[in-house]
Amino acid sequence: MINSSEKIIEVKNLVKKFGSFVANDHLTFDVFKGEIFGFLGANGAGKTTAMKILCGLSKPTSGDVKVAGFDVYKQTEEIKKNIGYMSQRFSLYEDLTTVENIRFYAGIYGLTNKEIKERSEMLINKLGLDNVKNTLLKSLPLGWKQKLAFSVALIHNPKIIFLDEPTSGVDPITRRQFWEMIYEAANSGVTVFITTHYMDEAEYCNRVSIMVDGRIEALDKPGLLKKQFEAETMNEVFLKLARNIQEV
Amino acid sequence: MKRFLGFVKKEFFHIFRDYRTMIVLFGLPVIQVLIFGYAINTDLKDAHVAILDNSKDQMTRQITQKIVSSGYFMLGENLNSTADIEKSFRSGKIKEVIIFKENFARDYLKDGKAKIQLIADASDPNNANLIVNYTLAIINNYQMSLMKEFKIPFQITPEVRMRYNPELKSVFMFVPGIITILLMLVCAMMTSISIAREKEMGTMEILLVSPLKPLQILAGKVIPYVLLSFVNAITIILMGKWVFGMPVTGSYLLLLGVSILFIITALSLGIFISTVANNQMTAMFISLVGLFLPTILLSGFIFPIENMPVPLQILSYIVPAKWFIIVIKSIMLKGLGVTYIWKELCVLFGMAVFFILISMRKFKIRLE
Repeated sequence: MINSSEKIIEVKNLVKKFGSFVANDHLTFDVFKGEIFGFLGANGAGKTTAMKILCGLSKPTSGDVKVAGFDVYKQTEEIKKNIGYMSQRFSLYEDLTTVENIRFYAGIYGLTNKEIKERSEMLINKLGLDNVKNTLLKSLPLGWKQKLAFSVALIHNPKIIFLDEPTSGVDPITRRQFWEMIYEAANSGVTVFITTHYMDEAEYCNRVSIMVDGRIEALDKPGLLKKQFEAETMNEVFLKLARNIQEV
Repeated sequence: MKRFLGFVKKEFFHIFRDYRTMIVLFGLPVIQVLIFGYAINTDLKDAHVAILDNSKDQMTRQITQKIVSSGYFMLGENLNSTADIEKSFRSGKIKEVIIFKENFARDYLKDGKAKIQLIADASDPNNANLIVNYTLAIINNYQMSLMKEFKIPFQITPEVRMRYNPELKSVFMFVPGIITILLMLVCAMMTSISIAREKEMGTMEILLVSPLKPLQILAGKVIPYVLLSFVNAITIILMGKWVFGMPVTGSYLLLLGVSILFIITALSLGIFISTVANNQMTAMFISLVGLFLPTILLSGFIFPIENMPVPLQILSYIVPAKWFIIVIKSIMLKGLGVTYIWKELCVLFGMAVFFILISMRKFKIRLE
């Protein structure tokens, strides 16, 4: 599915400083259209900072960053229209019903009433939520909420979807189902940019980058990274990398 | 047993390591005791009086001297005619006017009778009662000393009048106070909690990543509360009018305009709190301690500011509710127009602008 060589995210020498602290130190990488890109790193490695910049929430100190063809310095509006976002907390309103949630998010992305109606019906049918469409979200099981959150994040047909640790605190079966949805989205041409703590999930990605202390220390297909670091699993790769840096 | 003790120990760690719990446990009672202790102070101190002395004899001078040197009163101004009375009350500073009838000493020594008239600003009924009673006590005291001297029963007859709120109805005082507190509560506390809830639930991130502009998000959160509190204010004013018979002597338009100004100030305070607080509990706590308590205690709603110790008086200057209460009392009870309350309006306006600016700035910084 990663047959495309069309770059959808281009990052060149991205630097982000907070005072004298360098959160992102000359990051350079590209993400191709339709690929699942794993963005790994320990807590505090600078993942969130970089992701915020890519989402148009904050501006880089220096460097060139283009997301979906738009410049993060000047065209954040355009970027925001072309990306979807989902965090570990699912971020739906517990005190709204299923349908109300879908309509709300479709609404803030500026879909027309007709589009909202069509897509919410389609979504409810696809997810099999017809019985609970008027139920308050808080009484739905976690797995359903997560599916719904993912679908809602895609409701405006974004080119890229950013997933910030979407599977934290979720049971293995739900995680598996969730990855099926991710694959489905990628197959339909959506680029998936995902951060995760689970190294087994890193293996599901087409390519992964590993950040340590604000720098990208490794970036390749999981299989090649394992070869390069002579490791059995991605977990080992990650530990070796982190250890090497500490020893230096 | 050992497991139980370990559990108790762990609980202590929870408490000592969470500064919020510490503040609630130890800070709040201290703050409350301090504020309540000082604010519930029914002693009179430095109340401004104006004197209209139509007699200007030795006796009236002695009485004036006694009143002014008592420590409870301060001579605000000497008036020359009855026309000045209205003006000095409108200035808002003068709480009582003492009027000596002409030929005071002569009548007193000749007929054994003389008249003093006391007029108090009863838009704050508790305070007015207090001021009048203290004045009467001083006059009585003076009489006693005279009686020792002359050994004849003389009598000074004081005539007391309460201005603006002749029946000393405290509802007249409470309606403006309740409006103030409600607007503060609904606008500031509810907005701060509702924005904090978005943060707590993680929905704020989604909103920020969406094409909505930060200003739109804020406005969207705030506008429902503006409407609700505006309806609230109108309901209270109408209830005051129809249920308690409290008149609105001034302009309704001005009253509503001023209310909007206060609502904006309260809302921006609420937004400011929400930028500081990351969850609903914190937002509620900051609102309660930072806004709600000062609004009740330091606004002059229940306790007269003039009688508080100086540090609390200074603190009261930064409480928006204090200015708002002065303004709506002036409009509702005294029927004053903009020309009399422009200073207070300026202060409120300045506060509104200031808080809007810093809360917008804070909100933007948080995005970074």
